[in-house]
Amino acid sequence: MAYNLKEVLNKKVRLSSGHRMCAGCGAPTVVRNVLRALDDEHNAVISCATGCLEVSTCIYPYTAWKNCSFIHTAFENASATLSGAIEAYNALKEKGKVKKETKFIGFGGDGGTLDIGLQSLSGAMERGHDIAYFCYDNGAYMNTGTQRSSSTPHFADTTTSPAGKEVPGKMQRRKDLTEIMSKNNTVYVAQTALVGNLKDLHDKSEKAIYTEGPTYVSVLSPCPRGWGYDPSDLSVISKLAVDTCFWPLYEIENGVYTVTYKPANKLPVEEFLKMQKRFKHLFKPENRWMIDEIQKEVDEKWNFLLEQEKNTHKDNA
Amino acid sequence: MSIRERLSGNEAVATAMKQINPDVVAAYPITPSTEIPQYFSNFVANGTVDTHFIPVESEHSAMSACIGASSAGARVMTATSSQGLALMYEMLNIASGLRLPIVISVANRAISAPLNIHNDHSDSMGVRDSGFIQLYCENNQEAYDNAIMAVKIAEKAKLPVMVCFDGFITSHSIENIELLEDEKVKSFVGDFNPEEYLLDETRNISIGPLDLQKDFFRHRAILSKAMVDSKEIIKEVSDEFYKISSRKYDFIEKYKMDDAIFGIVALNSTCGTIKETIDELREEGIKIGLVKPRCFRPLPQNELADSLKGLKALAVMDKADSINGFSGPLYSEVTSALFKNNVCVPSVNYIYGLGGVDVTKENIKKVCYDLVNIAKKGKSELDLQYLGLEEE
Repeated sequence: MAYNLKEVLNKKVRLSSGHRMCAGCGAPTVVRNVLRALDDEHNAVISCATGCLEVSTCIYPYTAWKNCSFIHTAFENASATLSGAIEAYNALKEKGKVKKETKFIGFGGDGGTLDIGLQSLSGAMERGHDIAYFCYDNGAYMNTGTQRSSSTPHFADTTTSPAGKEVPGKMQRRKDLTEIMSKNNTVYVAQTALVGNLKDLHDKSEKAIYTEGPTYVSVLSPCPRGWGYDPSDLSVISKLAVDTCFWPLYEIENGVYTVTYKPANKLPVEEFLKMQKRFKHLFKPENRWMIDEIQKEVDEKWNFLLEQEKNTHKDNA
Repeated sequence: MSIRERLSGNEAVATAMKQINPDVVAAYPITPSTEIPQYFSNFVANGTVDTHFIPVESEHSAMSACIGASSAGARVMTATSSQGLALMYEMLNIASGLRLPIVISVANRAISAPLNIHNDHSDSMGVRDSGFIQLYCENNQEAYDNAIMAVKIAEKAKLPVMVCFDGFITSHSIENIELLEDEKVKSFVGDFNPEEYLLDETRNISIGPLDLQKDFFRHRAILSKAMVDSKEIIKEVSDEFYKISSRKYDFIEKYKMDDAIFGIVALNSTCGTIKETIDELREEGIKIGLVKPRCFRPLPQNELADSLKGLKALAVMDKADSINGFSGPLYSEVTSALFKNNVCVPSVNYIYGLGGVDVTKENIKKVCYDLVNIAKKGKSELDLQYLGLEEE
């Protein structure tokens, strides 16, 4: 069935409004639309790492999660918690104690996924549980006030990688978890963002949730406070991230790479950087080399993906 | 008819788990508890149990998976030791905070550093305030029996339970034990039907919210009250277990305390050595007895005070050190219980057997002669003692 945004928007809401996420934050839009990929007849168990999403959506005695069950236990273990929940489901289903088709979905920020949660995620994927894990990646520890994570972009200014006189921001490149997960027994791996009519996010979410076995999706989730952009620019900044190829949209199915969006006009990365306070220092004349360096990294990754797409499709032809 | 068997402590616990047939077991190997998931994996591989076994990548994930499974409505068990229990620390508190009836068997082992794989109680004592009910076991039979009772206690109290027994000394020694028939265990533990769980098809729920100040304080107070209330449940379940096994379990076990004027308090396997030494000391005419807490959480403060009042001297033996400039954990708690109940007994605290150093009958006799001297003086002048410590 062809994708129709209007129809998709009529599906069951699983994260209701009234939560306390900031205006202009990508995460709730990501979560609502990931969960719209669920069949309305299916139940879901959501496991969430400690972070903005969790502390803003489930404050006792309220919960913004509906038409699904929700569990939060700690920061680094959303995947291990989900492993337990799905094995309980498998055991109880065998005994006839539960019958409803239920999907098991994890959400974590980049801190809870790429850093402290990496072991738990890797273990759960390796064991082959039928779970879908979504990282809403905003590139820093936003819940505690924008500290650098391994997902923070090169040279970004954060509160623990401040742009100073001697050290101009975060001095390391991003960890490429999407690539790591593709080598981790994960049957479906994808990267997506909040662009256009959300078809890319929807299709990948549907594949992740309904492909049997462990799947991983990384979703760019802009943060107005941490990145320093106007909250009304959420979709603009997401679009620039993909049009500059700073955040390529692609998927890896059984080792086969497909780039799902190729901008007709690939923009220079500074178009994405210049909207954000965290990159402000890059635009001092003496720091031009940093923008050049980021551009080089973006081009390298983009060319790598195009090459992988060509080679893996050829191998499978 | 009960079944006579010769099993190691680990094998006995694994056998209890087989008979309980939990929905989910998540575990990670660590000496000396490793054999439990090993034996259990065999039961799974051969279809002897219906359990889904999750071979997790760490103990943190073991407890996290147990929490996920228990929250989802499954009956859940696991096992660990030492560093594994330390790594679980964060999740132990969450298991109790979420009121999940998870049962963990702990083959007690020293905590690093230095690295040591042998028995002491620094692992389970290190998590004594994590909201788990803690049961301590002298031998293989008690490890088996308590593992079975733990399931029922946990589910009634809505608190997780830790069954502690000595690494190697109990976990690896083979003893004659009496097993219950499979059917008896099955009907004793019954079906697990939680009131609230993630997979409830009649309603969705959210577990593990953020609590602001007032709710948090209230929920923690409710948790603490559940620990107080668990005493009644432990008693009920133990009485019920007596009916099917003829083996009686109380909060504390008293050995020759009726006419004792000297007393020792100790946990787990050392109590076997102490009992035998007491028999010899009694032949010398020394009226000494033993109080062995089976239950450390909740602390049976009244039972401890009642059993120890009137003694002329008391020794508390700790197989763990609090490194607090004062005493080991068992001494602190036992003497607090006495003080709270207006019982004053001259007392001395011994740290012994750390890292698996043997405790001998000679060591226990030394403790007894110290008590005789304390009684003569009418007061204890001994600060914390290190029993059986050999100088380099």
